[in-house]
Amino acid sequence: MFQRMLTGALFAGCAAGLIAALLHFAFVQEVILLGERYETGELSHFQGSAPEAPADHAHEAGTANDHANGAEAADPNALTRNGLTVLFTILIYVSYTGLLVAGFGLAETLGKRIGAVEGILWGIAGFVSFQLAPALGLPPELPGTVAADLGDRQVWWWGTVALTGTALALLAYGHHAWKYPLAVGMLALPHIIGAPSIDEYYGVAPPEVGAMFSARVLGVGLVVWAVLGWFAGQLWERSRTA
Amino acid sequence: MTTLSSVKTTSGLASVLAMVVMGLALMFVAGHAQSATLHDAAHDMRHATGFPCH
Repeated sequence: MFQRMLTGALFAGCAAGLIAALLHFAFVQEVILLGERYETGELSHFQGSAPEAPADHAHEAGTANDHANGAEAADPNALTRNGLTVLFTILIYVSYTGLLVAGFGLAETLGKRIGAVEGILWGIAGFVSFQLAPALGLPPELPGTVAADLGDRQVWWWGTVALTGTALALLAYGHHAWKYPLAVGMLALPHIIGAPSIDEYYGVAPPEVGAMFSARVLGVGLVVWAVLGWFAGQLWERSRTA
Repeated sequence: MTTLSSVKTTSGLASVLAMVVMGLALMFVAGHAQSATLHDAAHDMRHATGFPCH
């Protein structure tokens, strides 16, 4: 069974990682680069804001962004940076898939069959556990955002992932009526405790850019997790009958 | 039969555990470890998957 899980994690994880990288460069990277230009002070939010600021602001940002894209293409470091992003995207998605297929293995040991359809549902549950639930307390941050102590945030992140994933598994596969109050309590607990936060906001990028970043990260995450679950479920079923 | 199936279950659970450990270790290295080199290399993807970064 270990080899089956490892093969599934590598194949489905690499495929999902490549799709994630593609979607990252289509939707997310340009927002990161724009955020970094505010972080470095190259752009300034509300710089010289006038009554007609919204139109001017949009125009300025658009022009500046075009310029940035040109500069990015000519930057020799961009190739290394983007290559490393692709590599780490694949590594992170292989790690997600490893945990997902470990769940498939556990389900099979307990007598449950997992196929492509279950895989999609498991993938969406993975997205909720690893990205959506933590994002309620720690929204995906543009580079340059000032936040609470990193160690505290990582502890809250791992705790939220573990509690949310366990609660969803309980809701799906539990047999007793007490699973409902228990799962709801586990889902709510991290948000009742609250994510580590600071008392003030120090963001230098416009809120529109931060909102666009968070929304696109979550949108891309949902799509990739669903595909990942479908592919991993498909592979799992085929390797069982083989 | 009971012994055989319990051996199978135990070996299955051991495989599951090994896979969980590998998945978590990879996630820690790629997403959470704070060595400067790893952080810089993984930077954009850590932000783009919502891992706590910096």
